Amino acid sequence: MIRLIEDCDPSAFEMLKLLYPHSGNAFIIGITGSAGVGKSTLIDALILEFRKLDIKVAVIAVDPTSPITGGAILGDRLRMQRHATDEKVFIRSMASRGQKGGLSRATKDAAIVLDVMGYEIIIIETVGAGQGEFDIATLAHSTGIVNIPGTGDGIQAVKAGILETGDVFIVNKSDKPDADELVHHLTMMINMRKPSKTNWANTNLAKTNWTAKVLKTIARDGTGVKELADTFLSHFVFMKKNGLIDLKRNELEHLYFHSLLKDLTLEKLLLFMKGSEDCIKIEEKIQSREMDPLSAAELMVNKMTVFKSNE
Amino acid sequence: METTNKIRVLIAKPGLDGHDKGAKIVALALRDAGMEVIYSGLHQTLDQIMQTATEESVDIIGLSIMSGAHLPISEKLIGMMKEQGLDEIRLTVGGVIPHQDIPKLKKMGVAEVFPGGTSFEDIITGMNNLFE
Amino acid sequence: MGVAKYIKDERGAIKEVTYQSGITVKPVYGPEDLKKAGFGYDKDLGSPGEYPFTRSLHPQSYRSRAWTTRQYTGFGTPEETNERFKLMIANGQNGLNVAFDLPTQMGYDSDHPLAEGEVGRVGMAIDSLKDFETAFAGIPLDRIGSGLTINAVATIMMAMYQAMAENFGYSKEQISTTPQNDILKEMIGRGAWIFPVEHGVRLVGDSIEYAVKELPKSNPVSICGYHIRESGATPAQEIAYAFEIAKAYIDNVVQRGIKPEEFVGRFSFNFNVYGNLWEQIAKFRAARKLWAKMLKNEYGVTEKKKLFLRGLFGGGGSGLTKEQPENNIMRGAYYALGATLSGAQTIALCSFDEAYTIPTPRSALLSLRTLEMLMDEVGLRDTVDPLAGSYFIETITLEMEDKILEEMKEVEDLGGMVKCISNGLIQRKVSSQAYEYEKGLQSGEYRKVGITPGKTDKKTETTDVELHEYNEAWAEKSKANLKELRLTRNDRDVTESLKALEKAARTNKNVMPYLVKCCHAYATVGEMAGVFRETFGEWNEPEFY
Repeated sequence: MIRLIEDCDPSAFEMLKLLYPHSGNAFIIGITGSAGVGKSTLIDALILEFRKLDIKVAVIAVDPTSPITGGAILGDRLRMQRHATDEKVFIRSMASRGQKGGLSRATKDAAIVLDVMGYEIIIIETVGAGQGEFDIATLAHSTGIVNIPGTGDGIQAVKAGILETGDVFIVNKSDKPDADELVHHLTMMINMRKPSKTNWANTNLAKTNWTAKVLKTIARDGTGVKELADTFLSHFVFMKKNGLIDLKRNELEHLYFHSLLKDLTLEKLLLFMKGSEDCIKIEEKIQSREMDPLSAAELMVNKMTVFKSNE
Repeated sequence: METTNKIRVLIAKPGLDGHDKGAKIVALALRDAGMEVIYSGLHQTLDQIMQTATEESVDIIGLSIMSGAHLPISEKLIGMMKEQGLDEIRLTVGGVIPHQDIPKLKKMGVAEVFPGGTSFEDIITGMNNLFE
Repeated sequence: MGVAKYIKDERGAIKEVTYQSGITVKPVYGPEDLKKAGFGYDKDLGSPGEYPFTRSLHPQSYRSRAWTTRQYTGFGTPEETNERFKLMIANGQNGLNVAFDLPTQMGYDSDHPLAEGEVGRVGMAIDSLKDFETAFAGIPLDRIGSGLTINAVATIMMAMYQAMAENFGYSKEQISTTPQNDILKEMIGRGAWIFPVEHGVRLVGDSIEYAVKELPKSNPVSICGYHIRESGATPAQEIAYAFEIAKAYIDNVVQRGIKPEEFVGRFSFNFNVYGNLWEQIAKFRAARKLWAKMLKNEYGVTEKKKLFLRGLFGGGGSGLTKEQPENNIMRGAYYALGATLSGAQTIALCSFDEAYTIPTPRSALLSLRTLEMLMDEVGLRDTVDPLAGSYFIETITLEMEDKILEEMKEVEDLGGMVKCISNGLIQRKVSSQAYEYEKGLQSGEYRKVGITPGKTDKKTETTDVELHEYNEAWAEKSKANLKELRLTRNDRDVTESLKALEKAARTNKNVMPYLVKCCHAYATVGEMAGVFRETFGEWNEPEFY
């Protein structure tokens, strides 16, 4: 099924419609961070902790595709391969394929499938956060951002606006010398954070806003991972207790709806353009600078609206 | 919507043998040919390979066997695949394979055999041809 | 990773030559090159047998004694291996080299599910002390030393060897074992690893510490640049990574309060010998010098003998081809020439048919004769380091030193070998190099006779591969032995000794004496390795791309 989603097979869309009503039970955790911080090793250790509590876990590991060859080696699962025979663990690697809607939507769709399959926790692993088309905040209930000491990560986090979306900040490889300094740095920046500015959180809930936690781990030997697992679980409990899960869910659905709108509209529009002679001419006009892209786009959209209303 | 079909291959190292240079360079070559490659790592049991192939919904399982045990391993894996109804996944085998074993493997149900020394081009063409 | 990159013009004249290590080669070398490189006899070469040993470890080198050759053995059952051993000793060999099957190498007993199809296939199947006792029965262990090709469970095998010797009435001070015991190279290029990196290194440290204190005649580590080169490293990297691996082990032992002087003299190396002739010679000469310098300057070693880069230069597996296999006979001769011109102490050559089958006695003999010819007919014993003073060789030896040091610095800047292997940086580098080289071979960028069509052949012929025949009877015998062992041994001794082993493993004690006790109680390899698996976990390899 996930394969059909990746391949953008038309039947996938219909199947997702059927599956969707049964989704919404899983707790989705996003784990993000630069390459080399140890995300995969950390997730491997997290899976172990969740399995001790007999929780069914799924992981979607997202890897970049070579822009030149279009191929990819999806290797995050290498670090998690010891779970390869555990039936209650499902690991799926995905690469960006230039799908319309981007990787974000394919991942969201895959998460729906895994949700319906009964996985209670779904971990989405990606590189980078809040940048470009892949915004982990549009997919996960709880986001963990992994840093390592000694790389100026803290500053990068601020720059990327990541601090606004992170719920749990993880300082991995915390046996390295500057670990405490980084913890301190992150804690300071979190305290300066403004409360969440989602449309759905009103000021009454400001008191029940989750304060982001900063944790130290050494994924390699499991240090701090139990505490991390507990932190995520307690975030889940917190959100449930304060009705935040539903709020978050609404927010995610809203974003999903809009991304679908975008995709479907674009799809229809492009189809329309393909079939229309005027449209081909317009491309030529842009090429020869007779018309600018802005006016051209406006014209196309208006044409389609007219076309639609004439149907 | 246009489909964005790509060939997904699991390059797997079954058993205890640790010679992975061949597997790794083939993985790189397949990536450069535009395929999505999942590398299993060393010392895999057939169960691990099966579960990985299923979860990752691969099109091809490419076994890399340098130990000479390709006949028993392939036979076993094909049996397991049949049992679990994984008819859509093709099995290819590469590594140290004597030519006289190639027809035996194909008879078992192995789709393609790539003995050591096969060029990258031939491997890529061979795999692509499985999906014409 | 052996053939140099040649850029030719339309007429076939060579315009550019670049070695895999990155050294570019001029058409002509003269005295001005030596001057430019700042070459000085005393500082760069030294007399043969004198620091820094570039020319030779010994003053007279092959004039006084020719190089030694090696032959490996051991496969199937301990009984058969014992016969083989006795035969070789009767033929005059004074050292045994033992290979183990994959289940033993990976710490599994012959009845473990993963052992299926592998018992006794590539080496001897050892499950317990009983098997060692069978294999080494009647061997004079005070006169004959044993090299053990074992890494991840080297500690177990060393302990078992000692226990076996003790049961035969020898003391541990009398015996000599040389386990390969180089786990870091396994992680780069041979794949027979089990535990995570730091724990693997800790075990190596335990065995070195134990050898220093208890096994005076044993050489605890043989660092293998060989396999690293086989998996895609350049010649300069082969040396650089081997030295960085050595540093990782040395540093681990130094932390225990033992001075380098007490053990580095017992390190040996295993290096590869295929590829461009001059590059190999420059590599070995530079390596001898750099090792001595490193030990002296960074580890304060002063005693001359302890500064020696002792080792085996040989093999060349990656250089051989399945195609037109007789070509490999000539290749073997050229590689041997390179090794002898480099002053190698011990040489072993891959047999010409090794690319596609188990070496036959005949092909093994050809390898030995190749070396005999060099010794007696062709003149390689005539004088020490004959190429010394050559404008070309001395210039590229110095350049090779720089390349090696550059590669070492890169590893050190990134945190050292343990880190680089944990992160996968070395593996990544080596794999991508192997990939690029293979592409070059397939496209004809690098010319290999028999593979790339050339003057003497337009089409290539392949020889078919022949395999080890797997003997099911070996597995049956081993499993039967295990069954019997479990009935006859004292279960309480086994359990208690394994418990004590676990405690030692967890509390960072040296595991060796505990392993010896386990062996005496007839605990199995699987049981002992199992304790380590429980305590240390298994390594999750990093990505290689």
